[in-house]
Amino acid sequence: MEDYELMLNAYKTAGGTPSVFNNLEIANLLVHNNRILGSNSVPGLVLTSKETNEGVDIDLTIKEGCKIINPVHLCFGVLPKEGSQVINIREKSEPNSVVKILAHCVFPNAIKVEHIMEANFEIEENASFEYTEVHYHGLSGGVKVVPHAKVKVKNNGRFLATFSLLHGRVGELDIDYEVLVDEYGIMELLAKVYGYGEDKIKIKETGILKGSSSRGLIKSRIAVRDKAQSEVVSELTAHAPGARGHVDCIEIIQGEAKAKAIPIVYVTDSLAKITHEAAIGSVDKKQVETLMARGLKEDKAIDIVISGILK
Amino acid sequence: MFILKVENLNLSRKGHQILKDINFKVKKGDIHCILGPNGAGKSSLAYMLMGISDYKPDKGKIYFNGNEVTTWAIWQRARSGLTLAWQDPARFEGLTVEDYIKIGAKKSSVSEALEDVLLNPNEYINLAVDKTLSGGERKRIELASIISMKPKLAILDEPDSGIDIFAFDNLIKLLKDLKSQGTTILLITHREEVALISDKTSLICDGRIVKEGKTLEVIEYYRTRCKPCPRYISQAKG
Repeated sequence: MEDYELMLNAYKTAGGTPSVFNNLEIANLLVHNNRILGSNSVPGLVLTSKETNEGVDIDLTIKEGCKIINPVHLCFGVLPKEGSQVINIREKSEPNSVVKILAHCVFPNAIKVEHIMEANFEIEENASFEYTEVHYHGLSGGVKVVPHAKVKVKNNGRFLATFSLLHGRVGELDIDYEVLVDEYGIMELLAKVYGYGEDKIKIKETGILKGSSSRGLIKSRIAVRDKAQSEVVSELTAHAPGARGHVDCIEIIQGEAKAKAIPIVYVTDSLAKITHEAAIGSVDKKQVETLMARGLKEDKAIDIVISGILK
Repeated sequence: MFILKVENLNLSRKGHQILKDINFKVKKGDIHCILGPNGAGKSSLAYMLMGISDYKPDKGKIYFNGNEVTTWAIWQRARSGLTLAWQDPARFEGLTVEDYIKIGAKKSSVSEALEDVLLNPNEYINLAVDKTLSGGERKRIELASIISMKPKLAILDEPDSGIDIFAFDNLIKLLKDLKSQGTTILLITHREEVALISDKTSLICDGRIVKEGKTLEVIEYYRTRCKPCPRYISQAKG
């Protein structure tokens, strides 16, 4: 079977719909290791990509005033047991544009695989950009994932990013996102990760609300069991009148797992406000026993509670 | 025939005796009320019957539907037809009303169960059973979940608390409907007007059953003997 078909199979296993890569009305990009296996653009969206020694460089521009109706599908994968992939993304959402990106990252056979993403997102005035990244890993834990992003949200722009790694072993994860928000801009970062075995999860998400009436939410939902470890640093700062933000972190631990949450809130304007809540602990006993009183065994009840939190 | 039989149950928590020598029987098909003031031990009794952790009896036995279930796990009791609606039900992030009601359900229609508790299915079915629901809404969803389970015995812990007057009338109807469909109800309450629908009542005070019999007789005893008692007044004040 050729790499293209193998990638589509892996993409399907990860929850994607392979037919999107044959649909000319859907912008897409399919990358295996450092090879571009497929690419399509649509009116209003300029997608260029170039193979490099380590991975792929991607330039993505959503043209002014264009609303991209279908989500853009990206799929990055490394199918062999070993390999390295560096994805550089430069994205620009021009004023008044709207786009949704759905990225699947698949490493089903990884024993020693590294996936690095360096992204720069620029969301201009009144533009809306949603980025969802879904990971599908194998069971060995031999993956290192390093997604780093710098984001600028101009006046009245909107940036929403969701990262989820719920299938397979995490391996080693090191997220570092920084978002700068201008007047009336909105940013939301949501991370959902389930670690087990000896997984190591490190998440650093920073939001800087520098414009008046800007809005920010940093939300994380982490579950760790066995000997997995997680550390979540959520930093939200507000520096202008009317800026509002909230940090919300829940980490569930089981077994010998360890979890750390560090919410940092910093306000330099008396008319701004940031709130935060963080909770780390085992699964709530009352929730579990409520479900057991409906006939579920304890393990199944715990699974349902954790699945809900990570949903 | 008795569906539930409780013999000499004692419960201590943190060095304090909560329940003392509890004995009672619940007849199959009845609504049996456990009436008593706040702090009397009613909820502790409910949790112990359901097998909730930290509420294991020091001594005594629980028989349900002919089996001794004293050491059974919660899920084993539930699968044999016993369940509990909590006074203050848990909230679940990310779990929809539909998914919650379907857990353990025998009744296929979630919508019907929601209509039974006067909630519009279109409005509620996809909501999360989380902290965005009001206390009253959450209570009604708990009852909808019980209705869907069609249990042999439902322990309802203060089912009227947090429910408005309009819904109260419906609650009474609902309990009667549950009974007519074959579910025996152990109704836990501190309100005489709720107790009125029961066939039999056990009055509990300070961890002991002090009176048992026909509901009207027990309510009369409760009004004339319990309420003037200094112990009742101090417990009622919490």
